Amino acid sequence: MNALKSHLLRLAPQIVVLIAVVLLISLAFPDFLTLQMQNGRIYGSLIDVLNRGAPVALLAIGMTIVIATRGIDLSVGAVMAICGAVAAASITSGHSLVYTLALALAVGMLCGLWNGILVAVLDIQPIIATLVLMVAGRGIAQLITEGAILTFNHPGLIFIGSGSFLGLPMPVVIWLAFGVAITLLVRRTALGMLVEALGINRRASTLSGVSTGVLLIAAYILSGLCAAIAGVIAAADIKGADANNAGLWLELDAILAVVVGGNSLLGGRFSIAASLLGAMIIQAINTGILLSGFPPEFNLIIKAAIIVLILVVQSPRVRDLSAWFGRSGSREAAVKQEAK
Amino acid sequence: MQGNDDIILSATGIEKVFPGAKALNNVNFQLRRGEVHALLGENGAGKSTLVKCITGAYRRDGGKLVLDGADIDPRDTFEAQRLGIGTVYQEVNLLPNLTVAENLFLGRQPRRFGLVDAAEMNRRAKALLSGYALDIDVRAELSSCSVAVQQVVAIARAVDLSGKVLILDEPTASLDAHEVEMLFAIVRRLKSQGLGVIFITHFLEQVYAICDRITVLRNGQLVGTRDAAALPRRELIAMMLGRELGEEIKQAGNAQAAEGAVRYRFRGYGRKGHIEPFDLEVRKGEVVGIAGLLGSGRTETAEILFGAQKADSGTAEVDGKSVEISSPRTAIRHRFGFCPEDRKTDGIIGDLSVRENIVLALQARRGWARPIPRAEQDRLADRYITALDIRTSDREKPIRLLSGGNQQKAILARWLATNPEFLILDEPTRGIDVGAHAEIIRLIESLCEQGMSLIVISSELDELVAYSRRVIVLRDRAHVSELVGEEVTTSHIVEAIAVADKHEAGQ
Repeated sequence: MNALKSHLLRLAPQIVVLIAVVLLISLAFPDFLTLQMQNGRIYGSLIDVLNRGAPVALLAIGMTIVIATRGIDLSVGAVMAICGAVAAASITSGHSLVYTLALALAVGMLCGLWNGILVAVLDIQPIIATLVLMVAGRGIAQLITEGAILTFNHPGLIFIGSGSFLGLPMPVVIWLAFGVAITLLVRRTALGMLVEALGINRRASTLSGVSTGVLLIAAYILSGLCAAIAGVIAAADIKGADANNAGLWLELDAILAVVVGGNSLLGGRFSIAASLLGAMIIQAINTGILLSGFPPEFNLIIKAAIIVLILVVQSPRVRDLSAWFGRSGSREAAVKQEAK
Repeated sequence: MQGNDDIILSATGIEKVFPGAKALNNVNFQLRRGEVHALLGENGAGKSTLVKCITGAYRRDGGKLVLDGADIDPRDTFEAQRLGIGTVYQEVNLLPNLTVAENLFLGRQPRRFGLVDAAEMNRRAKALLSGYALDIDVRAELSSCSVAVQQVVAIARAVDLSGKVLILDEPTASLDAHEVEMLFAIVRRLKSQGLGVIFITHFLEQVYAICDRITVLRNGQLVGTRDAAALPRRELIAMMLGRELGEEIKQAGNAQAAEGAVRYRFRGYGRKGHIEPFDLEVRKGEVVGIAGLLGSGRTETAEILFGAQKADSGTAEVDGKSVEISSPRTAIRHRFGFCPEDRKTDGIIGDLSVRENIVLALQARRGWARPIPRAEQDRLADRYITALDIRTSDREKPIRLLSGGNQQKAILARWLATNPEFLILDEPTRGIDVGAHAEIIRLIESLCEQGMSLIVISSELDELVAYSRRVIVLRDRAHVSELVGEEVTTSHIVEAIAVADKHEAGQ
């Protein structure tokens, strides 16, 4: 019971922000909250947010773990493009759906393995190590699609992008299920704690017998797997692999989702649920701005302004400040902390 | 005693408290005009804390600073610099991509028509450096100069800015013998100009070569200030490492316990550049102490035994069976444990709770797929919090909020939870309150009674003597002598280190 309470406390800021964003949009567009059942499928703007946010949500799951290890993965957007291209190429050359999916996911994990080896074995800074694949990945994807948009019309593959299950669009089902599965994996085993220990103090963790190298590589492989799933969804959604634009800049949205989720870029304590909420906050803002009919050139600026606001509210300094206004006693503690 | 007007800098009753530990306790320090004054002590003795209190890098919590007859209270290093206290660190604190002249005059370049007058600046830089017998191209980038020259440039800048007190913090650590001589010539010249120089180093020969007086700190306390000429090397080492000579107590009682079978045998174990090959045997229920000065290879010995550094020569045996210890993980599989010297960087996982820190090593050994059930974790944590008297409000508190002594006990608990049979403790009592020293020592003794084999590295010789049946003395990254049973006394250890040290000086 206690654990549940502390969990909700951890997620409270993200839940509050998400509700606030949704309420704000629905004030301007009352239709935003409307849900309809049609042909056994739920329609509405809220479902649209969940659906459109699927790629970023999936990327955010892997990114959360990588950031918890004190790393970062800039290559996920490019890996999406590679895996989308691999899936399209495989299905158009007549392979079965199962084979195609397995191949695409395996390629994503291979990309993660590459990143992980650069970071864990060669000790290259994560931002540089993953930049390599971020730049090269799009080129690889273009080689696979031979520069064109590789279209397909295999109904099974398309179903992943636009089908539905239990009334929900497939992408929503996939990211929800994957998020729950990974959360259970890290929290029901010791992985979560070991990853946090590694992110906070790698040397001390190694000296305590934690296989920090293996864990690091596994984190990047997971990130690659997430990118692969996101890439397949993105390709299935448009029934084609677009090597130039699939997943473009999404690595930044994923990092943003993790940060809006209140996870520290310095590694350590993490919450996948909070990152997923962060991804939904970002998507809700995106959808809201689109609905508002502002000229599109304003969209990015408005989005940036809202995100700055969220980050300011979350900043430890602001928190200290509000605590100081609350009771001046806590200020001393904060100052002492700083002096350390 | 000389007249009071000789004193250029006087610090009295300096106190500095860090969360959980008293870093400086009523320390007095007086620097005369025209003297070179060595500030000595082991790691964590409080040397750098004292210097930082003097230069304003830390705010002191108590005590008085008098510079040239006036009370001062520098808020930061810039203010101290303006007042006349300049500091040069081991890592040169200048900008390598600027020229020598720019570095000398950074922030106060001569100007003409609002622009930097480069010609004037270079002329002045040349004049300034000629005072240090240094004839170099002042327009060259600083990074193109040798470390020694950079060091001199840093000194020239500090003296030019400050001019009353110069603090040299390990300035010779990366210099060769010839460069050290050049540096000393400069220090002697500054001394003759009436500057007071504080010299921090761990090379004792250099102390005797240049210093007039010596102040020794230990555990944040002043041990004493002596004239260098009247302080034999042996006595100096005793001041740094242990109690005053003649006060030593040898506790009997641990000699008989150590007659068990040899469980751990290392032969020709070593690693190039870290520690010369050594032989070491440890019996069941035995405490082997390791003594030596800073940089003598103490920590390197511990790391190589635990696999944190791989040995490149020699063999290891556990219970007569040959084993290969290539990583901490394999060491842990053979039931080794290691409490490192630097708790902050090598020991604690700061943001994790006391509970998580305690179960970490056990969890790592079980593997990720077999999590320790939460109830079991709670039980383990509570058991060790009680057994070792770890003072924390509850087991979920982040460990970084605990005091040094309690962090140390939590890390000990991390290893005890794995039921180790061979425990290596590197400076287990460093940087923790004196009260906690006794608790840790009691713990070491009781572990030994339970049949555990321990290696304890300590610069607290009287503590080492209290619990060790054998003490191995290290010098120059090699094991140089071993004291057994009755021979284990602080004076014997000091002698062994000093003899070794003299031998080195004679080479």
